[in-house]
Amino acid sequence: MQPFSDPRAAWLARLGDATLILGHRLSEWLSRAPTLEEDIAMANLSLDLIGQTRAFYVRACELEGAGDETTLAFRRAEPDYRNPLLVEQPNGNFADTIARHLLFSAYAAPLYERLAASNDVETPGIATRSSREMAYHLRHAGEWMIRLGDGTAESRDKAQAALDDLWPYVPELFEADDLDREVAASGFGVDPSTLRDDFDAAIDETIARATLRKPAEGRGQRGGKSGQHSEYLGHILASMQFLQRAYPDARW
Amino acid sequence: MPQNTGERQSVLLNGLFEEAHMAEPPSPLWEVFIRPRNGLAHRHVGSLHAHDAEMALQAARDVYTRRGETLSIWVVPSSAVIASDPGEKDMMFEPTATKIYRHPTFYEVPDEVGHM
Repeated sequence: MQPFSDPRAAWLARLGDATLILGHRLSEWLSRAPTLEEDIAMANLSLDLIGQTRAFYVRACELEGAGDETTLAFRRAEPDYRNPLLVEQPNGNFADTIARHLLFSAYAAPLYERLAASNDVETPGIATRSSREMAYHLRHAGEWMIRLGDGTAESRDKAQAALDDLWPYVPELFEADDLDREVAASGFGVDPSTLRDDFDAAIDETIARATLRKPAEGRGQRGGKSGQHSEYLGHILASMQFLQRAYPDARW
Repeated sequence: MPQNTGERQSVLLNGLFEEAHMAEPPSPLWEVFIRPRNGLAHRHVGSLHAHDAEMALQAARDVYTRRGETLSIWVVPSSAVIASDPGEKDMMFEPTATKIYRHPTFYEVPDEVGHM
C-alpha cells in the first residue's frame, strides 16, 4: 500500500514507523534489563511507543481511505518503512539504549507538542496524549544519562561512547524533506527543522548535568526517512513480522 | 569437575551471578506509598530498589502505577522505618483484643459524616 497518495497519511505513517521500530527495539530488553524495576520501566516505554504507532497508523489509514494498522506494521517490505536511522540502531549496552532514547525523546517531545496545533480533527488529540508520554521518556532517559555520566569511570566512558556513536544519526531527525515541508505548509504537520533549538536546549542541560561532552556534529548518516536503511532494520523486521507472515491474520 | 551439562551450566550461572553481584553493590531499598484517585490516604503498596530518591520515584511510577489509578506517590528509604519488635507483640497488641468498648459499634454514625 506504499506509497500513500495522501501526503498527510504518508507523514503520519512515517511518525508511526519511528515509534514502532524504537518500541520494538526497547521490547528486546524484556527479561534482560539490569534490574527488575528497569525491566518494567522499559516495557512501559516500549508500550507507550507502540500505542503511539497504532494511533498514527489508524489515522493515516483513515486519511488515506485504505489499509489497516496491522498491514502497515507487519506486512510491508523494508524500503516501505520510513523511520530515521537512529531508532533502528542496536540496543548495545544499557548506556547505548539510554542515549538513543534520550536523543529520540528530545526530538519527539517538542514534535508532538507542536503537532497538537495540527488542523486535523484527530491528530491534536493523539499528539497531546503522546507528548505527555514523551515528556516522561525524556525525563527517565535524562535522569539515567546524568547518573551514568556522573557515575563511575566505567559508566562515564560508556555513556560518552554511546553519545559519540549515536550522534551521527541526529542530523537526519531535523532535516526537512519535501513531504515535511508540504504537510507543515498546509497546517497539518510540523517542519522538523523548527525543533532543533528545543532539542539542543534539553540535550545541553542533560549533558552538562551528566558532566559529559557534547559530540561534534559531522555530516551525519541519513536515509531511513526515504527508505534506505542500515543493515539492522531487516533483522528487526524478520523477528517482528515472522508471526504475521507465517500465520496471516493470527489472533489471540 | 562437573560431569554433565546441567551441572556445568549451573556452575557457570552461579559464577556469572556472583560476578554480577561483586561488580555492583546492591542499591538501597525504598518503601512505596501511593494515593489512589478514589482513596483518602497514601497506602503502602510494596518496595523496590533504586540508587537515589529521584530514581526511586520513577521506578515506583513504572512498577506500581501502571493501571492509571494513582494521584500521588511517596517513596521512603526502608532504613528510615522504625518497626515494632515482633517478639513484643503480646505486650504491644494483645491487651486491646479484650477491650471491645473501644470499637465504635455502640452508636449510629449519621450518613452525613461520610468516610470514617
